Amino acid sequence: MTPLFQVKGLSKNYGTHIGCRDVNFDLYPGEVMGIVGESGSGKSTLLNCMAGHLTPDAGQVMFDTRAEGMKDTLEMSEPERRMLSRTDWAFVHQHARDGLRMNVSAGGNVGERLMAVGARHYGEIRDTAIDWLDRVEIKESRIDDRPSAFSGGMQQRLQIARNLVTGPRLVFMDEPTGGLDVSVQARLLDLLRSLVREMGLSAIIVTHDLAVVRLLADRLMVMKDGHVVESGLTDQVLDDPQHGYTQLLVSSVLQV
Amino acid sequence: MSDYNFAYLDEQTKRMIRRAILKGLAIPGYQVPFASREMPMPYGWGTGGVQVSAATLTPDDQFKVIDQGADDTTNAVSIRKFFERTAGVATTEETTKATVIQTRHRIPEEDLTEDQILVYQVPIPEPLRFLEPSEIETRKMHSLEEYGLMHVKLYEDIARHGAIATAYAYPVKVEGRYVMDPSPIPKFDNPKMEMAAIQLFGAGREQRIYALPPYTKVVSLDFEDFPFEASKADACCDLCGAEDSYLDEVITDDQGGRMFVCSDTDYCRSRREAGHVGALGMAQEDAA
Repeated sequence: MTPLFQVKGLSKNYGTHIGCRDVNFDLYPGEVMGIVGESGSGKSTLLNCMAGHLTPDAGQVMFDTRAEGMKDTLEMSEPERRMLSRTDWAFVHQHARDGLRMNVSAGGNVGERLMAVGARHYGEIRDTAIDWLDRVEIKESRIDDRPSAFSGGMQQRLQIARNLVTGPRLVFMDEPTGGLDVSVQARLLDLLRSLVREMGLSAIIVTHDLAVVRLLADRLMVMKDGHVVESGLTDQVLDDPQHGYTQLLVSSVLQV
Repeated sequence: MSDYNFAYLDEQTKRMIRRAILKGLAIPGYQVPFASREMPMPYGWGTGGVQVSAATLTPDDQFKVIDQGADDTTNAVSIRKFFERTAGVATTEETTKATVIQTRHRIPEEDLTEDQILVYQVPIPEPLRFLEPSEIETRKMHSLEEYGLMHVKLYEDIARHGAIATAYAYPVKVEGRYVMDPSPIPKFDNPKMEMAAIQLFGAGREQRIYALPPYTKVVSLDFEDFPFEASKADACCDLCGAEDSYLDEVITDDQGGRMFVCSDTDYCRSRREAGHVGALGMAQEDAA
């Protein structure tokens, strides 16, 4: 089996300060990878470099494109990369308002990616939007409301619907449950887990919440000061942490 | 003649504007930046159109100005007088006689010919402005032909009003490439944009010029199940009886009285002179 996504020797510096250094991993279709670490450990830098929001200083970010097979996304032309990021890729922001158009209705938000790839039939766009709102548990009657009228949890679910509507193969998530209260978090995680299973998505999830990776991720990477200090199967890493920092991280979780 | 250079602007400025116009004609629908000058009138009164007209006019031209289709409104009268004074060109109100026509918000009803130039005044040249506030981003969207957002606007229209409610400044796609704001003309005029005359668009405040060469393909954006419709008031002109012209609704008293008249005053006048009479009109001899 060939990997869907490969990162080779990825490095990014901010002047003399290290953003992330020499990151390598393969991601296979249907696999969910978690990246954990404390604030400032370089996990968001890494995610943004992989998703093309930042240009890394060194390394390769390979993606198995539908048309041409394995290809370095950093060497793609800009139109090609932007096309990729609205068809086969999706990016879920921590703050829903960064990923949504707040002055456009929920239906328009979901339909935008469809129209961006050439859908020109209003009825079909609307039916797809209704279907997706239903999948993320937003009532059909809310389709013409603006996201500003939605609660935080609903906004986050809408953002997920908007991203998944074109059937992407790889989803980047930056703290998808950050800023939500625990019961809403639990439902969102449940939803994400079932969507990932149903659609056979691959995902890379950046978070500092170990409970999130325990539930969602198959594999785990632990970052500290821009370096990957430990990686492996999620349960293995969390139940038997080898590196001192991972041990600290696991033991810091409050037991209720 | 006054002490102004011909048509107010100095020759170097006119050359600069002509270069922008030629570039615009070479890339139909592309917004060419130009160094817009201060004009002796406020922004929003047609400073862009006036500069384009000034760069296009020659001493032999016949100049016509319309504002919302009319030759006799403040804006039209002022700009016509401006060029009478600074260029000394002949002016006319007749569409067929004019060689350069500056217009605000209308295209004349009469078909234009290959030896005419139509100059539009444009307030906001960027069709994506209210959807994407960043100019850097919209320029990138134009260069990469990412126009999905334009349809989001039309989608919102249908979702909220049940039909595409955009009635003016209706976005068009030029030669299958650039999406363009046709200036705030009613969408009734959109199909007329595939015409024999050269069309030039000037936005003074925004410092942009764009253009359509003759017979350029101009398609109004729409959905397959909500096709574009060139709509107008469902009536005919009460003065000349025209059924095919764009109509203004005029309130005549405070008892609810109203009438529809052609917005193109020259078209209405020429029809009445030819003997057409509408429901509230009088025959031309008596009207005097």
